[in-house]
Amino acid sequence: MSTHTESMEVEDVVAYDEALTRFDPVLGLEVHVELNTATKMFCGCATGFGADPNTQVCPVCLGLPGALPVVNATAVESAIRIGLALNCQIADWCRFARKNYFYPDMPKNFQTSQYDEPIAFEGYLDVDLDDGTVFRVEIERAHMEEDTGKSTHIGGSTGRIHGAEFSLVDFNRAGIPLIEIVTKPITGAGERAPEVARAYVSALRDLLKALDVSDVKMEQGNVRCDANVSLRARVGDDPSAEEQLAVPLGTRTETKNVNSLRSVERAVRYEICRHAAVLDSGSSILQETRHWHEDTGVTTSGRPKSDADDYRYFPEPDLVPVAPTRERVEELRATLPEPPAERRKRLQSDWGYSDLEMRDVLNAGAIEVIEETVAAGATPAAARKWWMGDLARRANDAGTAVTELGVTPAHIAELDGLVRAGRLNDSMARQVMEGVLAGEGGPTQVVDARGLELVQDDGALEAAVDKVIAANPDVADKIRDGKVQAAGALIGQVMKEMRGQADAAKARELILGKLT
Amino acid sequence: MPTHPDLTHLTAAQMADGLAAGEFTSVELTQAHLDRIAALNPVLNAFLQVDTEGALATAADVDARRAAGEDLPRLAGVPIAVKDIACTQGIPTTAGSRTLEGWVPPYDATVVTRLKEAGLPILGKTNMDEFAMGSSTEHSAYGPTRNPWDLDRIPGGSGGGSSAAVAAFLAPLAIGSDTGGSIRQPGAVTGTVGAKPTYGGVSRYGVIALASSLDQIGPCARTITDAALLHEVIGGHDPMDSTSIDAPVPPVLEAAANRDLTGTRVGIVKELTGEGYQAGVQARFDESVELLRQAGAEIVEVSCPHFQYAMAAYYLILPSEASSNLARFDAMRYGLRVSPEGVEAPSAEQVMGASRDAGFGDEVKRRIILGTYALSSGYYDAYYGQAQKVRTLIARDFEAAFEQADVLISPTAPTTAFRIGDKMEDPMAMYLNDIATIPANLAGIPGLSLPSGVTDEDGLPVGIQILAPATQDQRMYAVGGALEALLAEQWGGTGSVLDRAPDVTTGVSAGAVSEEAK
Repeated sequence: MSTHTESMEVEDVVAYDEALTRFDPVLGLEVHVELNTATKMFCGCATGFGADPNTQVCPVCLGLPGALPVVNATAVESAIRIGLALNCQIADWCRFARKNYFYPDMPKNFQTSQYDEPIAFEGYLDVDLDDGTVFRVEIERAHMEEDTGKSTHIGGSTGRIHGAEFSLVDFNRAGIPLIEIVTKPITGAGERAPEVARAYVSALRDLLKALDVSDVKMEQGNVRCDANVSLRARVGDDPSAEEQLAVPLGTRTETKNVNSLRSVERAVRYEICRHAAVLDSGSSILQETRHWHEDTGVTTSGRPKSDADDYRYFPEPDLVPVAPTRERVEELRATLPEPPAERRKRLQSDWGYSDLEMRDVLNAGAIEVIEETVAAGATPAAARKWWMGDLARRANDAGTAVTELGVTPAHIAELDGLVRAGRLNDSMARQVMEGVLAGEGGPTQVVDARGLELVQDDGALEAAVDKVIAANPDVADKIRDGKVQAAGALIGQVMKEMRGQADAAKARELILGKLT
Repeated sequence: MPTHPDLTHLTAAQMADGLAAGEFTSVELTQAHLDRIAALNPVLNAFLQVDTEGALATAADVDARRAAGEDLPRLAGVPIAVKDIACTQGIPTTAGSRTLEGWVPPYDATVVTRLKEAGLPILGKTNMDEFAMGSSTEHSAYGPTRNPWDLDRIPGGSGGGSSAAVAAFLAPLAIGSDTGGSIRQPGAVTGTVGAKPTYGGVSRYGVIALASSLDQIGPCARTITDAALLHEVIGGHDPMDSTSIDAPVPPVLEAAANRDLTGTRVGIVKELTGEGYQAGVQARFDESVELLRQAGAEIVEVSCPHFQYAMAAYYLILPSEASSNLARFDAMRYGLRVSPEGVEAPSAEQVMGASRDAGFGDEVKRRIILGTYALSSGYYDAYYGQAQKVRTLIARDFEAAFEQADVLISPTAPTTAFRIGDKMEDPMAMYLNDIATIPANLAGIPGLSLPSGVTDEDGLPVGIQILAPATQDQRMYAVGGALEALLAEQWGGTGSVLDRAPDVTTGVSAGAVSEEAK
């Protein structure tokens, strides 16, 4: 059945650093976002993930003869909100268009999409890079379309249609609303191009999550990235210098469906290295789609793609134009959440975290849980200490999310309250946490059950201090001679005498009071 | 009330009245039609499917509800035929194409749902040119339908099955679809009434699309009143069709009763008369104009200069949309599946190609190729883009004309029914049959065809077309109703041009179908 065999041989690549000495990479990213609407783009079918194949279908999304589409108003509003959040202009009037091509998983053999009249256009997204600098990615357009069905190719070695013995198609996905977000050519990133690609998709994902328009689960295909890469000759040291930007763009390849942040970075990096090798050898880049292989970390040739691909677009005659009023657009703008980047800056400032601390929190994905914990009454420092410290380690060990441990933001706030009230010291607080993790109840319950209250009786503490001083005359002498740091050794023994249930600060105060 | 021994010769309105009065039951009425279909369809080939069981079940249900004293819709119990382009749950729907042979839709078109809700027994599905591409019903994959007036002649198209069924009293009413005249032209050449409502006036949901921006569903009947009764049943907003008009159905039934033409401005479209129109067609048209004038109408001549480009624009827009609409017939999910010969383990693409080659007839392929070409990059602006501009100009011509006239009139078709086989080798000659009907589709305005007599030269019926501004469908019914009454008065008898049709039952028994035509 196969009409051609895919070449799986490993292609030559140039070391990344070396490639960058001679070439300037230019990116173009197309991100498809599945919206989280309850129903499909043009019919009333459910959109839930993981249903049995072909159970969420109807005449419309199966492309049966006679069926007609009706636009999902919620999807249009989501598209407008995404456009606004990407600082785009919103069309006064735009139409859907038919993109005509034959493929077995496309029920009508045309995709209802938008062509030259996108709902949103001309925007940008500011992207935080790892070192804290901000890179602006210009957005060309965001348009609405429908997803296709999902093909599973059985038999053959590649899992693709060529070489397969037969194919199964699940139309549950057909007609799921998609927004395709297309960047302008991303220039000036230089050696940071792969990082910019990853950071852009990451920032976009955060934005979509904050907008609550998509489940943004890349592993479920909610967010799919096609990465276009081309190289052009490098001139000078500054990738954003005028003379560099004036160099014409090279031929691009489009690596399809790169479905994790890490893969986006790796795939772009790989293509830069591969392009460099092809160009170094004196050959030219073939304009084509490429497939990314997560396991081997390489891309392989897909199908040739030329600008002459003819989809015979024309305005969809079965739908009426989308013409959102300016009032409605402004109402939707008012529903936009605080942009994730601004929110992060605000929270860092409110919480007094250092850049390093904040980055750790972000990387751990703990920003929401810390925000909730602070809101519940904990200090930002305590919230960070718990979630990023003991609990993060435990979650890591257990291979689970920190929020799945059974500890709530309210627990942390309660525990922090007990510490600040002087009723628990740090080691006792850890013991209380053990109890909470063991399911013994909330912090106060654990304190009561375990009898873990700090001893507030100064008499008992003073007696213990006296006993320890008497037992350690040489240490006591050192302190009397002004070596105040030696007090630590005595404090430790006092705590031991008190079986841990003493306030260390108070013990120190007493020791120093008696010896200085 | 004119009477006929056979219930099938009543008008739909008379049938409705007879049912309401208890003179006969819907089962009797439906059975009478089924009997006539059984006798005549083998010769006429008007029906592709007859749903005896379903029709009688609906009829029995209506009779029971009526007997129980239920308040029923006016047409409840009056049987109807449905063009095979509308999906009918459980009844095969082919659109006249081999590719859909035996395909049974899992859902009803909205128009079918409305017929069911109104209690009309559906007799079956009528023949048509494949995917409604044609003006003669010769392009059906299931053989041509014959004109009851002359079995060697075409019944018009694409809805020749519906027009022949109504003209031969196999059904009092039928559903048609009109993309460039497919309701009106068959009406004209069979001596029946056919109305194309304003674009969006009747839901297209579930009706197999030919050209989405041109297609419109409408009634086929023997009288203006019957057409209006059916129009009111099927018209109105449908949330499943984004292009359907969200407004009440125009008051067409009330308008159909109009007999007063005093002061009505009737415009004759200069470009749609004279040269190219058969002498007898023109003569009957001129007589109708005179009748209208005598009845007090103000006759004005209007010019629509851009109509000369209508045919060219139509044959770019229609194939373009059709090429895309018909892409879904790929053998992957339903319909005819054919493996290419001599290919072992063919790819999906090869199966699609072979299936489409085997499943589509020549006219369909011709238009798919034309449309694919017209939409191609580099040609789009010159063809599809220009055609859309022409469309705008034609709409403006109509706007200007309706400043001067309340309705516009023309002959519906330039000739009477031609002989089967005459134009199969000359697509352009076939296309020209729709020259007078196409402008209304391009502009989205309503139009109907009313029988205006038979010609002297061939004794075949001709039709007069009445056009109205968009959403003003009642105007064409008002003028149509009045003119129909004037013509009936002149003709005498039952007032129907069908009085002059040969008795098709006699024809059949006499073996009048020529061997050649068979």
